[in-house]
Amino acid sequence: MWDGMFSGMLTGISTTLIPMNIAMVLFGCFMGSLIGMLPGLGPITAVALMIPVTYGLDPATGMVLLAGVYYGAIFGGSTSSILINAPGEAATVATALDGYPLARQGYPGKALAIAAYASFSGGTISVIMLMVFAPILASVATSFQSADYFALMILGLTAVSAFAGRGGVLKALLMVVLGLMLATVGTDQTSGVQRFTFGSLELLDGIEFLLLAMATFALTEALSIILKRDASSDSLDPKLIGFKSLKVTKKEFKQIGPTIGRSSLLGFFIGVLPGAGATLGSFMAYGMERNLASPEEQKKFGKGSLRGLAAPEAGNNAASSGSFVPLLCLGIPGSGTTAVMLGALIAYGIEPGPRMLTASPEVFWGLIMSMYLGNVFLLILNLPLIPYFARLLAIPRNFMVPMILFFSLMGVYLITFNDFDILMMVIFCIAAMALRLMNFPMAPLLLGFILGGLMEDNLRRALLIYDESLSFMWERPLTLGINLTTLFILLFPLLRSFLARRKSGGDSDDREVAA
Amino acid sequence: MKITIGKLIILLALVALALPVSTSLASGDVKEIHFIIPGGAGGGWDGTARGVGKALLDSGLLKQTSFENMSGGGGGKALNHLISTAKRQQGTLLVNSTPIIIRSLTGVFPQSFRDLTPIASVIADYAALVVKKDSKYQTLDQIMDDFKKDPRSVKIGGGSVKGGMDHLVPAMIIKGAGGDPLKLVYIPYDAGGKAMAGLLSGDTQILSTGFGEALGLANQGEVRILAITSDERLAMAPDVPTVKESGIDVTFANWRGFFGAPGLPEAKAQAYRDLLKKMYDTPEWEEIRSKRGWQNLYQPGAEFTTFLENQEKAIGSMMRELGFIK
Repeated sequence: MWDGMFSGMLTGISTTLIPMNIAMVLFGCFMGSLIGMLPGLGPITAVALMIPVTYGLDPATGMVLLAGVYYGAIFGGSTSSILINAPGEAATVATALDGYPLARQGYPGKALAIAAYASFSGGTISVIMLMVFAPILASVATSFQSADYFALMILGLTAVSAFAGRGGVLKALLMVVLGLMLATVGTDQTSGVQRFTFGSLELLDGIEFLLLAMATFALTEALSIILKRDASSDSLDPKLIGFKSLKVTKKEFKQIGPTIGRSSLLGFFIGVLPGAGATLGSFMAYGMERNLASPEEQKKFGKGSLRGLAAPEAGNNAASSGSFVPLLCLGIPGSGTTAVMLGALIAYGIEPGPRMLTASPEVFWGLIMSMYLGNVFLLILNLPLIPYFARLLAIPRNFMVPMILFFSLMGVYLITFNDFDILMMVIFCIAAMALRLMNFPMAPLLLGFILGGLMEDNLRRALLIYDESLSFMWERPLTLGINLTTLFILLFPLLRSFLARRKSGGDSDDREVAA
Repeated sequence: MKITIGKLIILLALVALALPVSTSLASGDVKEIHFIIPGGAGGGWDGTARGVGKALLDSGLLKQTSFENMSGGGGGKALNHLISTAKRQQGTLLVNSTPIIIRSLTGVFPQSFRDLTPIASVIADYAALVVKKDSKYQTLDQIMDDFKKDPRSVKIGGGSVKGGMDHLVPAMIIKGAGGDPLKLVYIPYDAGGKAMAGLLSGDTQILSTGFGEALGLANQGEVRILAITSDERLAMAPDVPTVKESGIDVTFANWRGFFGAPGLPEAKAQAYRDLLKKMYDTPEWEEIRSKRGWQNLYQPGAEFTTFLENQEKAIGSMMRELGFIK
């Protein structure tokens, strides 16, 4: 197996080093990060737009280009999240939670630099894992059954406390419930019945996640810039955001180093699962990081924590590389973007699957090696540009607000080409604005929404498979393992405060437990 | 500000790409076609329309093609658009497939194929029942025997909602074999790929899916295709038996084809049909078709309409029996 890997890597390196392919990696990364930076435009749009360009290219070259566009878009997606709180795609929503406050505090350069380093590390770590373990990981991807996915979604929900923000836990929980409710709109898969569509054609397919994210994050942000007339929402002084603020100190690197390592591993494994994806990877990395942080550090989350920024960025980049495992080794797309890429692979006459390693090694290994190169390119490409991007915040708000509104609405429209979506965004935006003014946090809503659909479908599938019995919750070892982890995470704060109290004999930690 | 201007230019370019190019009304001879795709980029409808468009363009049969993605309402949005703007849509073809029948039967949208001008079906994918390589099942008969003994022991997964295509096909097969389709436990997944992952993980033991979707992994020995719903065995998979060979009289083709606006002049409709017919003989089409594993199924005009009526009857009676329509 190892011999095969090394000869494969050599094939990959020689494929990648063809000048044409290097040029395509560079071009793909550049286009991807450029499109990804636009709010509302994410990898799926970027890849779909690039497919016509790949016609007529050699299969390996074409796939190298598309992959570059894909991870380039995820890399670039963090920029709009951090600078204007407008995530370009679902996987960078969690990035905005700490990235945007950090930028608003006058450190846009530092926030972007940390995001770039975290993305680079996440991407590189996962490419190495992909290279070494890809064939083995295919069996991980096929070991998760509906029951396990259900348990995994419950585990994901425990991250909710991480997103509580200012409003406290009760408000966060209420927003999760609202998110779960919104997830039920549309055709119910298990019975084929329409739910909460009010007889309207438009709601038949449910609500698009990105639409909800853009409406609750970007649009409300634009509106609150208008409402808040204080300095905190005003454009920043261009002199303040120069090259200096880009610097990340050694101490800070030490702080985010372990975070990036953990989040990359977690993100990668979530990405490998065809039923999860990069969005879940970033949310869970964020939740895990907050749960691991000390009570004092936890307070910083949501207010510009460096760890809170690095975790989802490493997580989503690692997950996007991880999603190549089911795509290449099984021909199973885990997300909309990889589904589009599967279409491109098939159009090239390449059959993804266990045999792709031997049937078209130049595509398989060329792709993996090019991703390594691509991550380096992205870092080199993006770091020098950060000061210029950061200046975006110096744009006066009377230009900024209409721009955010325009790009956000356009971005969503360009995915579905459905004018009803714009109307729906406006409605959600108004509702979200009201909730925001009452200090309800928006992130738990999105978490509930994204987990809700997956949770329900997987639970009902598992119930059908186990003849309406809940026994799978403890009978399947993998499900049981995930459930025990969930239980441990829920009890961990209690345990910690119990131990702390035994040590100090005081009850000063009680408040942290509640929060 | 440099960057913002750059962004603006890119965005405008994107918008320009997405905007439909206007089509002129050429009677008789077709020079250009505007395709309306009722779903987003990357889906089955998208692939079909763009594949056909590319073959027509590359082979020189057409001078210009343009594409417009219009998703929403399970395809109902595009249907509605074509009907309400019929007068200026003479140069437009709408791509569609079996779901138009299912969705108008269930009343998802009020219109049906009768409200359009059927041009022709172009390709088909047949349905297939698939098991994992190490499954105990070797033939379709074994599955049917098990089902008759204990319906709950045979659970079939698929990539569509309950009452959708992947559910209806095994239900028809069970009925054809003399079983009770109401007793079938169908496990829905939100996409064919996820359903395939479910089969590989052992979530489900049997998968109902499109033949084309299963072919890749079947060629690599990961799964086995037990039966296909075509009339005869396919040249590209001569070892896969048809459902008919098991003595069950069920055939099913998930067609993909094109429709024109209502009230399209017959001469114009015929010109489209002739154009599509010519396409089959071009090497450009053959290349696209074979790469994507599509099966040719050319049924023009009246033949297409009869096929659609028959399919509507078969699907309708199955859905009534399963209680999805009254």
